[in-house]
Amino acid sequence: MFSLVTFIPRAIVQSIPLLLGCVGETLNEKSGSLNLGIPGVMYVGAISGVIGSFMYENSATNFNPVIGLIIPIFACMLGSLMMGLIFCFLTVTLRANQNVTGLAMTTFGVGFGNFFGGSIIKLTGAEVPSIALSATSKAFKTALPFAGKAGVVGEVLLSYSFMTYVAIAIALITHYVLKRTRTGLELRAVGENPATADAAGININRYKYFSICIGCMIAGIGGLYYVLDYASGVWSNDAFGDRGWLAIALVIFSIWRPNWAIWESMLFGGLYILYLYIPTGTNFAVKEIYKMFPYIVTIIVLIAISIKNRHENQPPEALGLPYFREDR
Amino acid sequence: MQDSRTPAVSMRNITKVFGTIVANNKVNLDIYKGEILSLLGENGSGKTTLMNMLSGIYYPDEGEILIDGKPVQISSPRDAYDYGIGMIHQHFKLVNIFSAAQNIILGMESDQGVKNSRFGKLDIAKASKRIREICDLYGFDVDPDQKVYDMSVSQKQTVEIVKVLYRGADILILDEPTAVLTPQETEKLFNVLRNMKADGKTVIIITHKLHEVEAISDRVAILRKGEYIGDLITSETNAQEMTNMMVGREVKLNIERPEPKNVKPRVEVKNLTVRSEDGILKLDNVSFTANTGEVLGIAGISGCGQKELLEAIAGLQPIEKGEVLYVEDDGTETNLVGMDPLEIDKKGVSLAFVPEDRLGMGLVANMNLADNMMLRSFRRKGSIAGFTDRKTPRELAEKVVEELEVVTPGIDTPVRRLSGGNVQKVLVGREIAMNPTVLMSAYAVRGLDINASYTIYDLINRQKERGVAVIFVGEDLDVLLELSDRILVLCGGKVSGIVDGRTADKNGVGLLMTKVGGDAVG
Repeated sequence: MFSLVTFIPRAIVQSIPLLLGCVGETLNEKSGSLNLGIPGVMYVGAISGVIGSFMYENSATNFNPVIGLIIPIFACMLGSLMMGLIFCFLTVTLRANQNVTGLAMTTFGVGFGNFFGGSIIKLTGAEVPSIALSATSKAFKTALPFAGKAGVVGEVLLSYSFMTYVAIAIALITHYVLKRTRTGLELRAVGENPATADAAGININRYKYFSICIGCMIAGIGGLYYVLDYASGVWSNDAFGDRGWLAIALVIFSIWRPNWAIWESMLFGGLYILYLYIPTGTNFAVKEIYKMFPYIVTIIVLIAISIKNRHENQPPEALGLPYFREDR
Repeated sequence: MQDSRTPAVSMRNITKVFGTIVANNKVNLDIYKGEILSLLGENGSGKTTLMNMLSGIYYPDEGEILIDGKPVQISSPRDAYDYGIGMIHQHFKLVNIFSAAQNIILGMESDQGVKNSRFGKLDIAKASKRIREICDLYGFDVDPDQKVYDMSVSQKQTVEIVKVLYRGADILILDEPTAVLTPQETEKLFNVLRNMKADGKTVIIITHKLHEVEAISDRVAILRKGEYIGDLITSETNAQEMTNMMVGREVKLNIERPEPKNVKPRVEVKNLTVRSEDGILKLDNVSFTANTGEVLGIAGISGCGQKELLEAIAGLQPIEKGEVLYVEDDGTETNLVGMDPLEIDKKGVSLAFVPEDRLGMGLVANMNLADNMMLRSFRRKGSIAGFTDRKTPRELAEKVVEELEVVTPGIDTPVRRLSGGNVQKVLVGREIAMNPTVLMSAYAVRGLDINASYTIYDLINRQKERGVAVIFVGEDLDVLLELSDRILVLCGGKVSGIVDGRTADKNGVGLLMTKVGGDAVG
């Protein structure tokens, strides 16, 4: 039986990893870096957090929820920062091809996640191929205490874990910084026309390093959210699926606007799980068709912005291009 | 020349090397407060490189820069701004999707004495107010909220100048500012520069148009092949002396015009009508004949259908109505309408086309000289089935480099690395090498220095003497009047007259350019 009140919260929970991945990728792209390594970064972020919380859960005699939160978040940010630094070093400092580097990083990140995921599963000696971090997940799922008492409104708007609201805040702050501040103006200039930014006295490489690394850390948190919040602390290999690519598609769908991405990620989240609510019986093939919806709308958006050709809706002009001042 | 004043800027023994190319070799240059200095030199003589070192884009390999007599290090554009140096680059440094105001305040750590916090809200309104004040002071017309992509070239340039003034620059460097301006816009710019000079600012202007040097500057400094040759007081010199210093030998400043021989119709255009993709009428009932052994000049205000006319003949424009007849030596006529360039080529019609957009339509910027030559020849005989012949194009590239004196490290260099004049020589060289019967060129000398321009005029005359029908779209009326046998004047897509190049006068042609379709006049 389809019920909007149960569907919306599930769509929103589904949307948060996409939103964080999208905001991270938007920050990358605004600096002119097409980072196709984001799916890998999200994997690495997730497994780094899992490793951190696994070690804490297994070593702590008294599980402290606050430390239980801090350790995985810190580990996750460290892991994704490393990925960001690799990408920066290769594409900004060495001016390697961004597409090739990004794709290689995704392959690497997925492999890295599955390798350590598999190792920990081995360590636990569990019978099912997954790791369950129930204590950490419980800490992550801390929600507003009065949400349960507020009826339908509470269920639809207030029932989520604190990370959900943090993610939306991150999107709004990113939007504000990009749109209204000097830093945002300079960052956009770097992505649009690095030679101009350079001549205006802006340090191109510093902006690229910062925006790529911060973007990767935000995306990594998206991976962490998936495991510890959405999946209730259960890691199993490849469960994250193609959400990383969906996050990149969402960047286009949101036309590089993190504030729009909030609503659109929810739409994507809904489309992504729609098949669960549509009676398909035992015909699994139909499910796969439903799973294509987010990509189909992305393609439609791409066609639409290409036809309308408004300058503000185009990707950053220098997206994907390396910059070297003395290149002629 | 000795001067008792302290120079505002002194460059001492400046050397800059790119790979194996020495762009500047031990250059010494003094610039004084309150003067307008022209920096004159051929393409690739190192003018822009030298100025880029003042503006912090490049860092000199050797030598030092002194400002008001004190040695300084300018290692980034920000340093240059701190020393009051601002440069307006030939290719505008503007972000298209930003407004004028956003572009102007871009990268400023403090604005009007107030430090901009990194994450605080930008005060665009305050900046806009100050921009309006600067505009009022110097007589500019800038709307701070207008987006750059909506601006004309001259508006963009104005924004660039305001940007530099907004940052409080005392020394302005303008790199070929007039290359893209109409004569009226140029005059407006010069008035602004004179206002600035009166305001005590120093202006350095890079140009290779001698009449502009004479019109605007107090002093002219000349560079040749990366070396400083000398300076002259503008009022005490003349175009001939400056040219000789620039080129390093005597250069004749008049264009020859051999008498046409064996004149026969080659291309007959009848009632040609062309519409753009958006349905705008670009050519309206155009008819003319281009003859062998003759240069047909095409004059007109830019955007009056010149581009469409050449492209229609070359098979690159859909034609709504009319005929383009190619007349062979024996009198047989072929209608080229509806054929694409490949079909035209297969008919045995040898059309050479030097388009306006050299690196877009003419050559592939990222390919080297030899491969660009191959673009014209790879379908020809001499190649074994399925394989291309690489040897002949390489030989042709070598030949073009040698005969046209193309300055390049070698034929394996991507053409985007060559300067504008050399790119044009490569393109013209390739087109001529296919022994055309018709040579069409659009703005062949745009952005080229005097020497390169005269080389191109010379090449065109040689083709004319070979019996080629030359169609030459030009923007400089003086050149058109000296080079062409007949001049076709386009105005708003219509032919407003065909005049004899030997008897026509500049005013007459100028009037024809604005005669019909008054809406085409800006």
